[in-house]
Amino acid sequence: MDKVCAVFGGSRGIGKAVAQLMAQKGYRLAIVARNLEVAKATASELGGIHLAFRCNIAKEGDVHSTFEEMEKHLGPVNFLVNAAGINRDSLLVRTKTEDMLSQLHTNLLGTMLTCRAAMRTMIQQGGSIVNVGSIIGLKGNVGQAAYSATKGGLIGFSRSLAKEVARKKIRVNVVAPGFIHTDMTKHLKEEHFKKNIPLGRFGEALEVAHAVVFLLESPYITGHVLIVDGGLQLTA
Amino acid sequence: MASQLRLRSALALVTGAGSGIGRAISVRLAAEGAAVAACDLDGAAAQDTVRLLGNPGSEDREPRGKHAAFQADVSEGPAAKRLLEQVQACFFRPPSVVVSCAGITRDEFLLHMSEEDWDRVIAVNLKGTFLVTQAAAQALVSSGGRGSIINISSIVGKVGNIGQTNYASSKAGVIGLTQTAARELGRHGIRCNSVLPGFIATPMTQKMPEKVKDKVTAMIPLGHMGDPEDVADVVAFLASEDSGYITGASVEVSGGLFM
Repeated sequence: MDKVCAVFGGSRGIGKAVAQLMAQKGYRLAIVARNLEVAKATASELGGIHLAFRCNIAKEGDVHSTFEEMEKHLGPVNFLVNAAGINRDSLLVRTKTEDMLSQLHTNLLGTMLTCRAAMRTMIQQGGSIVNVGSIIGLKGNVGQAAYSATKGGLIGFSRSLAKEVARKKIRVNVVAPGFIHTDMTKHLKEEHFKKNIPLGRFGEALEVAHAVVFLLESPYITGHVLIVDGGLQLTA
Repeated sequence: MASQLRLRSALALVTGAGSGIGRAISVRLAAEGAAVAACDLDGAAAQDTVRLLGNPGSEDREPRGKHAAFQADVSEGPAAKRLLEQVQACFFRPPSVVVSCAGITRDEFLLHMSEEDWDRVIAVNLKGTFLVTQAAAQALVSSGGRGSIINISSIVGKVGNIGQTNYASSKAGVIGLTQTAARELGRHGIRCNSVLPGFIATPMTQKMPEKVKDKVTAMIPLGHMGDPEDVADVVAFLASEDSGYITGASVEVSGGLFM
């Protein structure tokens, strides 16, 4: 029997790296992204048995129908990774309400919706969820007030859910990356930031992905926030 | 879980390797391909652990097999230094994975705790971890090697525990020690992390009265005590390059207790 893992935001960046590792470990993947073409490209890169789905996780209807489709074509989803995230960086006084809302909707509400949708089958069969937060959600950052609120919110949400469903053999954890080489950080000057990182460099998506997979498969860890930041939290 | 061989070229020093979590860690690291230097205050117990590790493969470069046992009281500076010298003499290199797991309890309420019980627990759990971390880091830095230092703290170091002023303080101290080491040693390619186990079925928790054990278990979100192997999984991950961008972190393995 195949173990099915859904990765929201699985078409690129950290989500894609998670999908690659999970595929290597023999899971069947559902690659979920807003752009179906990119998701399909990722799924076919992984090989034949993986499928791509289109979903805007900020929309309840989308999330609902995506879970129906995944279950129809792959079977019950026992492993869920939420890696879909956006940022709209600006100082708070210059931040438009719509930008606050779009970040909240995708980063926080979106994850809440996918987790809720996943509960229906997980409550019967057990399961494991990893939500991708951010070191910014713990420490804050200039120009990222709204973003940090969404990522900090994920932590409270994930711990609450972990407590609610632990007895149903469902574990919920968070990975909090620091500066990672992805599209989201490509405009940052590494030279400027890396002096504050004890390991002296940005991380790679694959390094975060290893942490995600570790938490997905760790039977006695739940409600934990695993920081993957090269030590940045100690100096930020 | 142990089908991977992520630690094929590693030499791992494990203190407190004679029982409980330290023994499970030794078994797990060996299963991942590491050569293990198993150290315990009780030398015979360390030897028992080494016998459990068997002798995987026939690639015996070391004269006495792949693994070796050592006896040391890590709370004494000269003993910790000598331990590192002995390990290097035996394996011809410093350990690249260092797990400080040696720990004791001397439980008493704050109002009644003796200075002696305070000192002993701090000496083994905190000073011992400092001495081993320092000696290992010195050896690694002078050899120019990369490494992963893993110190076993406790979830109690995060939230305190009734009857454990000394133990909780020592374990909180281990977190600060490890974070500082992470900041100082990052530039040398040495990562330092702590692991915070919750209530794990070991000789240490065996001593707890049944009534207390039932009460604690009821508080654990996952509803049961952990196994030493659960902690060993986390240590294997932190020892391997899978955690290559993780340093200064505290990893809780507590079934959700005191998240």
